[in-house]
Amino acid sequence: MALLTIKNLRVEFGATAHPFPAVDGVDLQVDRGEMLGIVGESGSGKSVAMMALMGLIEFPGLVSADQLQFDGHDLLKASAPQKRRVIGKDIAMVFQDAQSSLNPSYTVGYQIKESLKIHLGLQGDALQRRAIELMELVEIPDPQARLNAYPHQLSGGMNQRVMIAMAISCNPKLLIADEPTTALDVTIQSQIMDLLVRLQRDQQMAMIMITHDLAVIAEVAQRICVMYAGQVVEESLSAALFDAPRHPYTQALLAAIPQHSKGARRLSALAGMVPGQYDRPLGCLMSPRCPYVKEACRIARPALLQGVRCITPLNSEGLPQHG
Amino acid sequence: MDKTSAPLLEAEGLTRHYKVNQGLFRPAATVKALNGVSFQLGAARTLAVVGESGCGKSTLARQLTMIESATAGSLRIEGVDVARVEADTIKAMRSRVQMVFQNPYASLNPRKTIAYTLDEPLTINTQLSAKARAEKIEIMLAKVGLRAEHARRYPHMFSGGQRQRVAIARAMVLEPRILVADEPVSALDVSIQAQILNLFMDLQQEFGTSYVFISHNLSVVEHIADDVMVMYLGSAVECGSKATLFAQPLHPYTRALMSATPAIRPEDRRVKIPILGELPSPLHMPTGCAFHQRCSYANERCAHEVPTLRLYADRQIACHRVEEIPV
Repeated sequence: MALLTIKNLRVEFGATAHPFPAVDGVDLQVDRGEMLGIVGESGSGKSVAMMALMGLIEFPGLVSADQLQFDGHDLLKASAPQKRRVIGKDIAMVFQDAQSSLNPSYTVGYQIKESLKIHLGLQGDALQRRAIELMELVEIPDPQARLNAYPHQLSGGMNQRVMIAMAISCNPKLLIADEPTTALDVTIQSQIMDLLVRLQRDQQMAMIMITHDLAVIAEVAQRICVMYAGQVVEESLSAALFDAPRHPYTQALLAAIPQHSKGARRLSALAGMVPGQYDRPLGCLMSPRCPYVKEACRIARPALLQGVRCITPLNSEGLPQHG
Repeated sequence: MDKTSAPLLEAEGLTRHYKVNQGLFRPAATVKALNGVSFQLGAARTLAVVGESGCGKSTLARQLTMIESATAGSLRIEGVDVARVEADTIKAMRSRVQMVFQNPYASLNPRKTIAYTLDEPLTINTQLSAKARAEKIEIMLAKVGLRAEHARRYPHMFSGGQRQRVAIARAMVLEPRILVADEPVSALDVSIQAQILNLFMDLQQEFGTSYVFISHNLSVVEHIADDVMVMYLGSAVECGSKATLFAQPLHPYTRALMSATPAIRPEDRRVKIPILGELPSPLHMPTGCAFHQRCSYANERCAHEVPTLRLYADRQIACHRVEEIPV
């Protein structure tokens, strides 16, 4: 059985008469020990979907779903105290900007120990030992001294390591990493990615890695979901997605990366931008920007069929198949 | 570097140090943000400056745009030494070097219309009539892919990509010889980033502007640059044509940087060369080669003697041991 099953997750903001769906019917499934990548541009709803799962969407945001199942717990029916026992312990999250996610007025040691006290009930020496062990696990040099440091005394890369230590402190079954390396330099990014992949393998964690950078995810994820304007538009195994994307958006996203058009003077850029609250089209959300758009695309929204949300998915040559 | 065209921009040993107070009873320390950087930029060429945070990229941009004066070294723009010109000449020179900043959400005044933002450089630097300025603005907006009616709008009515187009229009409206772009696409989404890079290349073809393109993204640099300068802690460590550098990076830092860049296609991935630890603080610069504490090839000499840029294998490189390091 899958570790996490999400069916028809919706997150809506704004007036009740005309709510704006930031997440528009997302289905996800994550198996134990699996690394799933969620890719999309700003406004695609990738972070909001994960925050909804973590229970971090506050009023006036409205979260609804047909199913939200994690490791045998039905998170839709669970009471708040029941949820608190799962979230933060069995599901943990690492955020994008460590510097602003950590509390500046407490030492990093205090912040790491907090979840150990609450979820595992550790105290005294055992608590200190576990905190040092966690700092060692995320490769922070001189852990004993660093426990007493405040976030502003550490570099961005070190703070991100502290965030990861906090997230894995209770041996979570699922770790959600929301753009964990976006704010970091390339060489530090590569160190943090290596660390995350190693932890995921060693601890048999499932992991959802959210990113806008296809190259980052290409090297690590087994399965990838591509999101566009609140919907999953393509879901497939990593290798297949990069070899032969089946949704026009995935194709365009790959083509826009400079590495893709080596030698060419111009990059192939997708015109326009992600539709916002006021310009969502009636038909397929991609239809105003899609190079293969047909009349039928503008009338009705396609469903996600066999991992692709398009009425004429692309074939292996990258052209729409009709019929 | 390109020798056929005379250098439009010539920096020699450009240095900038900042004094920082460390408290009442401690002596002021010096941050060596820029430590003797030399390069040339030809007409209609693109020089990419690559490096991680704290390597002095942005300090260099402030030097090139004449926002700050240099502590030492010289900067020549169109053959004129910036440090030796009169105050009124420098104003004219500033209009020849324009800048595009990283974050278009912060670099445009939220209380001014786009028309006002684009008009300001023209009012200050030219004698054009109001009508001529308005015409010029309209033409420039069209060139960056915006419509004439956008001129009446405010920055908050635009997306990030459109704002960066406005910022580019503001920089290009004076038709500068040199455009300094400081991480101009790193705040943008991939598909928007491609649009903006295309715009940069189109404008260069049309106006013959030279670019100093500051970026940490090597795949962007590989696409847009003619020449590449890799910086580490305020100094250039490797400098050469794009083709040479990307085909065979030689400095240990350049190699580590390139191997750390993720790639989609497995055949583009390089063998990862780990860099040990983190960037040292520019307040406490290491002795010898700035990179030696993190370099896996460092020896005694690297710890004591500062390497200078020298010509080796078609490029400038600052490394004592480059001949000995296996390729």
